[in-house]
Amino acid sequence: MASNKKYWKSVEELNENSTIVETLRQNEFVEEVPVDEFLGDKQTLESSSTSRRDFLKYVGFSTAAATLAACEGPVIKSIPYVVQPETIVPGVADYYATTIADGYDFASILIKTREGRPIKVENNKEAVTKGSANARVHASVLSLYDSMRVKQPKIAGADASWETLDAEIGQKLNQVSASGKQIVLLTQTFASPSTAKLVGEFKARYGNVNHVVYDAISESTALDAFEAKYGQRALADYDFSKAEVIVSVGADFLGDWQGGGYDDGYAKGRIPTGKHGQAKMSRHVQFEANMTLSGANADKRVPLSPSDQKVALAKIYAGVTGNSVSGRKLSDKVEDAIKKAVAQLKKANSKAVVVSGINDVDAQSLVLAINESLNSEAFDKDAPRKIRQGDDKAVAKLISDMKAGTVGGIIMAGVNPVYTLPNGEEFGEALSKLDLAVTFTQKEDETALKTKYVAAAPHYLESWGDVEIKKGHYSVMQPTIRPLFDTRQFQDALLKWTGNEKAYYEYLKETWTTEILGGTPWNIAVHDGVFKTTAEVSLADEANAAIEEAEANQTDEEVGATAMQNTDVGAQARKLASTPAASGMELVLYAKTGMGDGQQANNPWLQEFPDPITRASWDNYLTISQADADANEIKNWNVANGGLNGSYVDVTVNGQVIKNVPVIIQPGQAKGTVGLALGYGKKAGIKEEMQTGVNAYKIYNNFNATQNVSISLAGGTHEFACVQLHNTLMGRGDIVKETTLEIFNTKDHHEWNPMPHVSKNHEMIDATDPGADMWDEFDRSIGHHFNLAIDLNACTGCGACVIACHAENNVPVVGKSEVRRSRDMHWLRIDRYYSSEDTFSEDVEKKENFGGLFGDNGSLGGFVEMEDPAENPQVAFQPVMCQHCNHAPCETVCPVAATSHGRQGQNHMAYNRCVGTRYCANNCPYKVRRFNWFLYNKNDEFDYHMNDDLGRMVLNPDVVVRSRGVMEKCSMCIQKTQKTILDAKRDGRPVKDGEFQTACSAACSSGAMTFGDINDKESKVAELLEDDRMYHLLEHVGTKPNVQYHVKVRNTKEA
Amino acid sequence: MKKVNHRNSISRILGIALALMLAFSTSIFAQGEAAIKEGEALFKANCAACHKMDAMSTGPALRGVEARLEEEEGLDREWLYKWIKNSSALIKSGDRYAVKVYEANGKRQMTAFPQLSNEDIDNILAYTAQEKAPPVNGGGELTPVVVDNGGFSNKMILWALIVLFGLLALGLFLVNKTLRKFAVANGTLVVEEEKGTPIWKAFVQNQFLVIVATIFFLLGSAYFGYGYLMQVGVDQGYQPIQPIHYSHRIHAGDNKIECKYCHSSARVSKHSGIPSLNVCMNCHKNIAQVSEDVQKEGVKYGVDYNAEIQKLYEATGWDPTKQDYVNDPKPVKWVRIHNLPDFVYFNHSQHVSVAGVDCQTCHGQIQEMEIVEQHSPLTMGWCINCHRETDVNFRGSAYYDKIHEQLKEKYGVESFKASQMGALECGKCHY
Repeated sequence: MASNKKYWKSVEELNENSTIVETLRQNEFVEEVPVDEFLGDKQTLESSSTSRRDFLKYVGFSTAAATLAACEGPVIKSIPYVVQPETIVPGVADYYATTIADGYDFASILIKTREGRPIKVENNKEAVTKGSANARVHASVLSLYDSMRVKQPKIAGADASWETLDAEIGQKLNQVSASGKQIVLLTQTFASPSTAKLVGEFKARYGNVNHVVYDAISESTALDAFEAKYGQRALADYDFSKAEVIVSVGADFLGDWQGGGYDDGYAKGRIPTGKHGQAKMSRHVQFEANMTLSGANADKRVPLSPSDQKVALAKIYAGVTGNSVSGRKLSDKVEDAIKKAVAQLKKANSKAVVVSGINDVDAQSLVLAINESLNSEAFDKDAPRKIRQGDDKAVAKLISDMKAGTVGGIIMAGVNPVYTLPNGEEFGEALSKLDLAVTFTQKEDETALKTKYVAAAPHYLESWGDVEIKKGHYSVMQPTIRPLFDTRQFQDALLKWTGNEKAYYEYLKETWTTEILGGTPWNIAVHDGVFKTTAEVSLADEANAAIEEAEANQTDEEVGATAMQNTDVGAQARKLASTPAASGMELVLYAKTGMGDGQQANNPWLQEFPDPITRASWDNYLTISQADADANEIKNWNVANGGLNGSYVDVTVNGQVIKNVPVIIQPGQAKGTVGLALGYGKKAGIKEEMQTGVNAYKIYNNFNATQNVSISLAGGTHEFACVQLHNTLMGRGDIVKETTLEIFNTKDHHEWNPMPHVSKNHEMIDATDPGADMWDEFDRSIGHHFNLAIDLNACTGCGACVIACHAENNVPVVGKSEVRRSRDMHWLRIDRYYSSEDTFSEDVEKKENFGGLFGDNGSLGGFVEMEDPAENPQVAFQPVMCQHCNHAPCETVCPVAATSHGRQGQNHMAYNRCVGTRYCANNCPYKVRRFNWFLYNKNDEFDYHMNDDLGRMVLNPDVVVRSRGVMEKCSMCIQKTQKTILDAKRDGRPVKDGEFQTACSAACSSGAMTFGDINDKESKVAELLEDDRMYHLLEHVGTKPNVQYHVKVRNTKEA
Repeated sequence: MKKVNHRNSISRILGIALALMLAFSTSIFAQGEAAIKEGEALFKANCAACHKMDAMSTGPALRGVEARLEEEEGLDREWLYKWIKNSSALIKSGDRYAVKVYEANGKRQMTAFPQLSNEDIDNILAYTAQEKAPPVNGGGELTPVVVDNGGFSNKMILWALIVLFGLLALGLFLVNKTLRKFAVANGTLVVEEEKGTPIWKAFVQNQFLVIVATIFFLLGSAYFGYGYLMQVGVDQGYQPIQPIHYSHRIHAGDNKIECKYCHSSARVSKHSGIPSLNVCMNCHKNIAQVSEDVQKEGVKYGVDYNAEIQKLYEATGWDPTKQDYVNDPKPVKWVRIHNLPDFVYFNHSQHVSVAGVDCQTCHGQIQEMEIVEQHSPLTMGWCINCHRETDVNFRGSAYYDKIHEQLKEKYGVESFKASQMGALECGKCHY
């Protein structure tokens, strides 16, 4: 087999005359290694004090010393308290009720503390409203331990003490007050009765004080509309569990629309309940431009550009109220959808609700009018929400005042206008010219850099406070740790500057006992964290009235104009209906589930949190439809290591250009629109790793989320860290099973939830048949046997469980480039599937009709087509974690028995036993095992929270921090189940149903995750196991998982 | 109603006592010794919780209190009767000195002792009127230096013996050498010629023996090598010196203080907990010095217990003369003896409260340890063995009722080992 082929390693070798090649044939090195230079110099060698002998001695000694030292255990010191607080027992967690109110997220929560350190956020089940934490709230506990926090007050960039700050600011406040110029308080929405009262006192003390409330992402139009109609600056509240028909026009109410937190109520109505044949669930129609969580969960989703949405809303109004509004004609499909939606709304009548996210007073007024006319039960105007109070006009006036020089001093709290205003730099200029400019901030952010006085503010877990989330629903914020740094909260400072010697705690307690609690003891309110009253509380309204009065004086004309407009809803509808079609592209700015308004951008958990829709982390990007991408030659492609690459574009709005914005092609994006997330692109007060994305606030003009935009392709390739490779489900119906309500009601469950068959002796038998089993079964009938049930109908994909799992289990953050290499460590992922046809069933049909490999019906071409997500795909979310198989494939291949099975149904992983062969991960059909490729703690290469002492304080002491070279995975929170069992044993009582929880099931407020003991026949999870909708992932593999899934049912009834 | 009766009876007793005292007042003083003895018993039973003879405690030092009051304030025994029986009444009545004392002590009142008769009080006062006895030799005055002296003398004897035996050996050697010289000179010594091969040579030449020996050598070194490696990280017998010499022997052994009085979190937590210093102060507020007997015992261990108690006061900032916390506390850095690796989860309450395992099972006879040492190896094999051998304690826990019934029914036996209940599963301790 002689070959004449010439092999070559380098082009140089092809050159026959090359001397280098010739030399290399003879010698190892081209040039002679100059050994003589250092060995030949006898003199130097001899004069050296270190002889070879010495050198060897030192090497020998240090090696021996190191070896011996390694054998000796370190001396570990234990330092007990001098006086141990009664409530703290080392090793036992305490829970405190508190409230987050950072201006964007509001929620009543419980904080788990260990040895005085807050380590986890839990839902407060006592709370009637907003008692559940979303992903950002779960992650907020890590922001407490942010090493970039401002540690003490600063004056003009230099460290200062509070005494100096107080003295200087006190003096300047008096000066400004005397000069007659206005003092501005520019704050976040506090929704705090006590703060409002305090601001009132501050006004009384200094006279010309203007309190401007500023929300970075504004809901001002909705507030204006509500105020005009009901005379109160608040937002209507909705209870989606009472709605049978939900029509949303551009409102991502499962996301952060109007403060968010609507997913629990929504999910309640989404689970088909009732007898077989009469099961009912809500019907959800969504008109929207970007693919949002709400759109992804909708039964019918109509992609529609914002200008068309306005017309559509006007038409819905016309249809529901019977008024005739002639708008321009939309496409047939859309017109049809509107007609059917109207019909369903009318039919459901008081059981229907309409919401809208259009930033337009007319549109918001229309929504109120529609719900009034429907007499919707889900619509609550009597106890409205107070958690958004920002006023665009007041902010605009403030900016013009600052330019005009009528502002004498400004005190800011909880806001970062230099970053969040489109003309932030201008604002910053004006700010730096002010003699009295104070900002209460936790970070040395963009605004702090331009402000003379930087008042270090505490985290909410170090503060006292109160929130009126909605009318009559109060929440208490209490500190759960002593302030870590020399900080002071805004309210304490206001008290001091008004000459009140009280601490804010005293002030708060006094306000509550005299004006809110009405006899209920204060300690009970603090203990519960929430307080509900139907009694009229005068104080907040007083303060509001004062604010409103001031506003009325300033913007008399504008308010008058609004009132004029509001007299006629019909006119508003006509105005809306006449919205012309957009001439160019329309941009819809939105907030990502993980990042919100960007306050917690320095939080690595949130940066690494994959967006529920795009599954991309560590980025924001322009989302675009496939058609528009093709037209602009924009591409997305996957490279060999599995990473997603994409083109860059330049985005131009009103002459303002944002260069090099990466683009993701988003299935379901309305044609002619693009989406871009706010909250990214921060540069100040943030670690370099976290400085991701572009700042979309720069084009958030007039606080309007919709902008006219033009895009042009820019050079270069962007590397995304996107964790979901497969774009569509491709008919693999056995992973996500779904059906329609009609089929669910009319057909037997074998049809819509078929059990896969396997062949035994040439006969097909059920995959779960004992005959198909080749293993000896463990006896699990005695004791506990844990199961986790996941209802695909109730799961909205919100991702709270992902972060809760992170916090509970010390899951490391690996960074963008590692995520791109698919080395992310999330124990729990939420897979998102698209269909390539309009529905998943069409996908399945197409797959089943494949005939042969090639041809029109060939599977080769067919599967390629199915990889292409449709223009308007259906979406399904599926949380996947270790399935804790009773017959686990991972266990049989481990050479060192590091992973083994427990009798309670949990698949154990002994990290210290693992040698890192990764056989288990290869053999896992669900791909849920995660390998520690590197040491992720105390490693400068991974400079996230686990690399500094402060950030490590968030670690759960009951769960070991894994080291390099070790496999890890979901443990079904064995530390929690073991604790529950131990508590019961200690109390000498059986475990009650509902006591067993995992981090994810406890975080899930929508009821999608239920955890419990199936040997307890009375338990919820045992009942779910027998449910017709129950199936296991990849049942035919025979792994017998302990995680159940429940078939997704869609309500496709059109009329 | 009870109270009223009580008061009546007391006033009756007091009346009788007064009459008795008037009648036998001379004989009481004559009794002397007996009164002092009686007084001492009463003092120890009633007063010693708050008063010491010579040092400020919760209340003032009481030696010569009557004379002091007489001298400084001109108060007589009658005043003392009133004060001791019901100080609050005296304060309320506006008595000048009573109010002064009350104000000076941060408005804390002395407990009323209505049950003491005037005679009892007389006895107590007789006891407190005693002169201070001159210090007894040794006892509290002993210092560790003395301990060293004792050791030193022992060592001296040892050394002397060693030298003596050395000299003896040298003498014998010299005698032997001299005798040998004589023998050689006389030609009586027969020097034996070595015959054949020496034994080591024979050994080396025998290949079988060499191979067997090598095998034994290798096996032996493997055995000891393995043994050495297996004890790396096992700190059985670890007995570090602690910043304060705390004797479990005295506290848990002699005084029989329940372990969980101090290590209270062992009942509810994964940690047994090192008691915070305020727990020590519960008792040591009043125990500033140990008894002379105990102090003498300390000599054996080279410890001055009183000095160790002072260290505790230092750490808590307690000033025994002012009876108050005046200084900044300095937390004590104890050296942790029982260290489990991070990857092991161990919960004390599971073993102590649920299983009812004695502390001594793992920690050894702690009540006999002057300095605590690690009794058990704390290796996984040791844990597992115990789990294999120990029966699960089902009794008295409703948690186990159903489970135990099911198990009995299924396996037909009454008791089950921990290992049969899943206590050998990896994930129960490693997560």
